[in-house]
Amino acid sequence: MVRAVVGRILGLIAVLVAISVAVFVIFNVIPGGDPALRLAGRHPTQENIRQIRHDWGFDQPLYVQYADTMERLFIKHDLISYQDQTPVLPAIERGIPRTLSLAIGAAVIWLFFGILIGVLSGVYQGRWLDRVLTVLALAGVSIPIFWLGAVSLYLFTFKYHGSPLFAWIPAGGYVPLTQDPVGWATHLILPWLTLAIVSIGFYARVVRNSMLETKHQDYIRTARAKGLSPARVLTRHTLRTCLIPVITLFGLDFGAAVGGTVILIEPIFGLEGVGQYAQESVAHLDLPPLMALTLYGAFFVVIFNTLADLAYLWLDPRSRTA
Amino acid sequence: MNGSPPIAGGSFRTAWRRLRRNPAAIGSAIVLFLILFACFPGAPLWVSHACHHGPDDQNIQGTVTENGHKVPVVANDGTPIGPGLRACYLLGADANGRDLFVRLLYGGRVSLEVGITSAVLCVLVALLLGILSAYAGGMTDSVISRFLDLIWSFPVYLLAVALATAFAVNGISIGPLHVASTSLAIPIVVISIVYIPYVARPIRGQVLTLRRMEFIEAAIASGYRPTRIMAVELLPNVASMALVFLTLIVATNILTEAALSFLGVGVPLLTPSWGNIIEQGYQTIVTAPWLTVAPGLAIMLTVVSLNVLGDALRDAFDPHARIRIRG
Repeated sequence: MVRAVVGRILGLIAVLVAISVAVFVIFNVIPGGDPALRLAGRHPTQENIRQIRHDWGFDQPLYVQYADTMERLFIKHDLISYQDQTPVLPAIERGIPRTLSLAIGAAVIWLFFGILIGVLSGVYQGRWLDRVLTVLALAGVSIPIFWLGAVSLYLFTFKYHGSPLFAWIPAGGYVPLTQDPVGWATHLILPWLTLAIVSIGFYARVVRNSMLETKHQDYIRTARAKGLSPARVLTRHTLRTCLIPVITLFGLDFGAAVGGTVILIEPIFGLEGVGQYAQESVAHLDLPPLMALTLYGAFFVVIFNTLADLAYLWLDPRSRTA
Repeated sequence: MNGSPPIAGGSFRTAWRRLRRNPAAIGSAIVLFLILFACFPGAPLWVSHACHHGPDDQNIQGTVTENGHKVPVVANDGTPIGPGLRACYLLGADANGRDLFVRLLYGGRVSLEVGITSAVLCVLVALLLGILSAYAGGMTDSVISRFLDLIWSFPVYLLAVALATAFAVNGISIGPLHVASTSLAIPIVVISIVYIPYVARPIRGQVLTLRRMEFIEAAIASGYRPTRIMAVELLPNVASMALVFLTLIVATNILTEAALSFLGVGVPLLTPSWGNIIEQGYQTIVTAPWLTVAPGLAIMLTVVSLNVLGDALRDAFDPHARIRIRG
């Protein structure tokens, strides 16, 4: 187990280094986006541009620029945006609690309902609940997520805002949890549901299918033969095994949500988290923040993949020798 | 080892039999056929017979006759006409007096073209990489697998955004080949790259299993060339898997096109696609919600049908297969 953990962590570091190089290469193949021209403002002289190129190190070879960027990003923490020359890292730091509030809340909702519905439809296999669930699961993964956010924001905070049922939902924005927990939750309820709905149906189906597979295993029959009550067999034996695939999936999906999907949700609800920062940087073709954010996103994906791997090793002893 | 290899012809015949008996599969295939028909031959037919506005024709001063009254296409306060049962402006107009229904038909062409072409490209490259890396093993396998790991480690949307931003400025130049930054080829290439590992990894896994089977050992012992073994023995045995993936990837790619266009780095702005229509419509969602709602529903209908069909295909070929694409 220790060897496996050390191996994964070394692999993780290697992947992160490779990603940082890849990101740097992607952003430096941009031929027309000469950052010096952008930084020089309007009507620059040749002298200005040369000076900026020298000051910012654009005249250095690429590997020096790479090392310099990494140093600014990880050691000196003073990477600066081309667009408005504001520091990048404080902007990301400011966004992280917002983005995590969104992603963690949504994850709680999708895990809870996904597992609940999955277990129910596994128990009632073939009945109407099971059918309805299959349809909902497919519909869920087929919705453009930003569209769902936009339409629900329109419906609940504009069209039907007069109805007392929805009057308490604010039209976007963010309130910190430490300042006002209730405001925090009401501001996030629509973004949470938007992000969760896409995954609930999918998780429910995974749990259902894995329950159907586990149902007929020998050890379940043994547990039943020993005279355990059906509820106990379900919670102690069936569920324990069924949740293993969910953990692996959750590692992938949570990383992908924090590292990527939020770019489609935050701008709609004005959450001003990391995703919205990424969306604004795209709009301005602002490379330093995009580079930092892509690394940040990949970091989350890789970390959660590794955590899921390790959880899997821990939960399923058979996988350790494989 | 799990018994004899699936024989391609046989499994396709069994699958077809199962598929024909599955009402969900038949239903979704019919819906998809109707969507394709409406967008490709249907769009110009609608323009030439029902309503004579093209997708980009503006009509700010125009009027339509409704219940004997003349109604302006765009009211004085700038609010466009909403959906209603009429030949022109069936789904309403946008702020420039363009016909939303016609734009949806033409936008569907672009979205489907991008979705289908990028899916075909993605699955072809994935087949090549997956089969090659599993069959060749050793160094080739390591290099290809690490490359796939690298793409896999990026969040899909961020990688797509990064690539699309990089290519969007001056286009792609590879040797004598130059792709303009306004070309549809850019979203197609970007979208196909990001999903390659999701297809190539399972294919590699399947080929690793097949490789140890007797019919492959027999082919190697008979002295067949590796290219022949890969193309004639291995490819047909992963074809069913590739077909299932193709269907599901088209669905995923249509969603990705919409997302990238919404972020402004997908299909070039002046070309209508479902994603672009949402992006433009969203700016006036309060006064003209149909401009946002209708294209989203078009995407959903198409993607749901593709997912149902892909699911049915997977069940028909191999009910135990675990195939999944993360968005």
